Amino acid sequence: MNKEELKQLKVTALHCRQNVLRMIKANGSGHLGPAFSCLDIVTALYFHVMDVDPKNPDKEDRDRFLLSAGHKGMAQYAALAEKGYFEKEILDTFGQFKCRIPGHPDMHKLPGIEVNTGSLGHGLNLACGMALALRQDKKKSRVFALMGDGELAEGSNWEAAAIAAQYKLDNLCVIVDANGLQISGHTKDVMSYEPITDHFAGFGWAVTEIDGNNMEEVVATFDKLPLESGKPNLIVAHDIKAKGFSELEDQVGCHYWAPDQEAMARAEKELEDAIKEVLAQ
Amino acid sequence: MKLILNENMDDIELTKAYNEALIAVAKENPNVVDVEADVANCIFGPNFQKEFPERYIDLGICEQSLSSVSAGMSAVGMVPFCHTFAVFASRRMCDQNYISCAYAKNNVKIVASAPGISSGENGGTHHANEDIALVRPITDITIMEPADSAAMRWAVKNAAENFGVYYIRAERYGQKRIYADDAEFKIGQANVIREGNDVTLIAEGNLMLDASLKAADLLAAEGISARVVDIFTIKPIDVDTIVKCANETGAIVTVENHSITGGLGSAVAEVLVDQFCAVPMKRIGVPNRFGEVGQIPDLQKVMHMTPEDIAAAAKTVIGGKK
Repeated sequence: MNKEELKQLKVTALHCRQNVLRMIKANGSGHLGPAFSCLDIVTALYFHVMDVDPKNPDKEDRDRFLLSAGHKGMAQYAALAEKGYFEKEILDTFGQFKCRIPGHPDMHKLPGIEVNTGSLGHGLNLACGMALALRQDKKKSRVFALMGDGELAEGSNWEAAAIAAQYKLDNLCVIVDANGLQISGHTKDVMSYEPITDHFAGFGWAVTEIDGNNMEEVVATFDKLPLESGKPNLIVAHDIKAKGFSELEDQVGCHYWAPDQEAMARAEKELEDAIKEVLAQ
Repeated sequence: MKLILNENMDDIELTKAYNEALIAVAKENPNVVDVEADVANCIFGPNFQKEFPERYIDLGICEQSLSSVSAGMSAVGMVPFCHTFAVFASRRMCDQNYISCAYAKNNVKIVASAPGISSGENGGTHHANEDIALVRPITDITIMEPADSAAMRWAVKNAAENFGVYYIRAERYGQKRIYADDAEFKIGQANVIREGNDVTLIAEGNLMLDASLKAADLLAAEGISARVVDIFTIKPIDVDTIVKCANETGAIVTVENHSITGGLGSAVAEVLVDQFCAVPMKRIGVPNRFGEVGQIPDLQKVMHMTPEDIAAAAKTVIGGKK
């Protein structure tokens, strides 16, 4: 990837964060921390990695993205809107009665959503089913599932970890958005599943760890897939919760944000400045 | 077309009927897959595996995954029939059945074997006396309990051909054949198996329909004419037939291989109340107690689910008519 493309991806990730602010503004509150931490990953997937077409969202051989941590829904909506799956005005309806962008994504409401998620511990299993069926159908499609690190405490994930390895699902790539925080505190203090890579490797996964907010590293890692033939792929993306709004970054309280006008203005200003800075590089 | 067989013919095990029906629909539809959680042997699963090794997926002992993996397969176009014992298919898989299957409008067929007391010797841990109660409130789910092998064949074919989440109870044994080989059923339509005027016995499943027919014989010997109805689908439930039976016979006994709380008895009571046609009614089924070890006939006695219990309940409700 050349410098210009990399720069564009960084700007897109910031535009996506602006889209998240737009949704929070409409609703008055939302899961800012989780959405911001994973948006470099999600942006890289939609704008560099995955074979998807917003004009033909049901394209047969498309890659699939699945948001196991459904409460990060705003991150996916932000990227889908930026990619052109739907009009950005829809972002202004976030949380409203019968809106197409509920707090947790719904495959029947919006193009580009592949499955419903929202109950943690289902997503990795859904992804296994999709990867298994796509391979059985002789499709080249890959399945990308984004999980939270706190979510790993749901036991059903470990059933799925075994299933993916047993069925050698190398068309499956799981990214753990390892921001180290969950609602009640630091994941290492609440319920630690560290070392995550060792646990998955023990089941037979090909694993790697990256800085999930470093676009260059994110892109380079995705470009290497599959990490190992015949093994499911795990990328533990160490990132910062609320990355992009410094006063909330890595704060326990940033999981859900209900800003006043001044706080919102500060967040908007920070993103605008960040975009200018990237463009000036 | 003939619906009722009217011959004294022994039936095959309903799980065997299920397996044969699944192989038949898989031959027609290449997207049909059999997803298992290690207990396929109990329902003749190896026969399917032999026929379609690529389309037989055993996930091991992990029922939560059984439901969600099946939902994932459905999301990319497969038609998964996922099977485990009814205790796990309802209690263990509840959240996955709700969110990943039903709420997400996926196309998953949940097959629950050994429902109610039919897991006899395995004891209380394996008696699914609450599965219908757990599944019934889920929106847009079809709950079927085929009462014989002909009904099972139709149920599996219908589930394979129609999009949506189904919960199919499959008893491990067979009693007597009820229906003709090519009988046609309808989702949401109960079938009158035996006519009668004094009371209606509304039953579900092979075991309790058989017990209800025997109860009707006992009542007939005392000059009481009992109508016997096979509910077939517990959800959607046949409101018209229930109302008609209430109006024409004036008394109802529900008979189910399930707890009397939340299952067929509750569903029928809801209809009678909602339709302003409440008549004297009693519920036969597992009372408010845990399952326990025993052979099925012994358990029927302990749980007051014998033909004699049904006949006694029938006389009670007839006595309650105004």
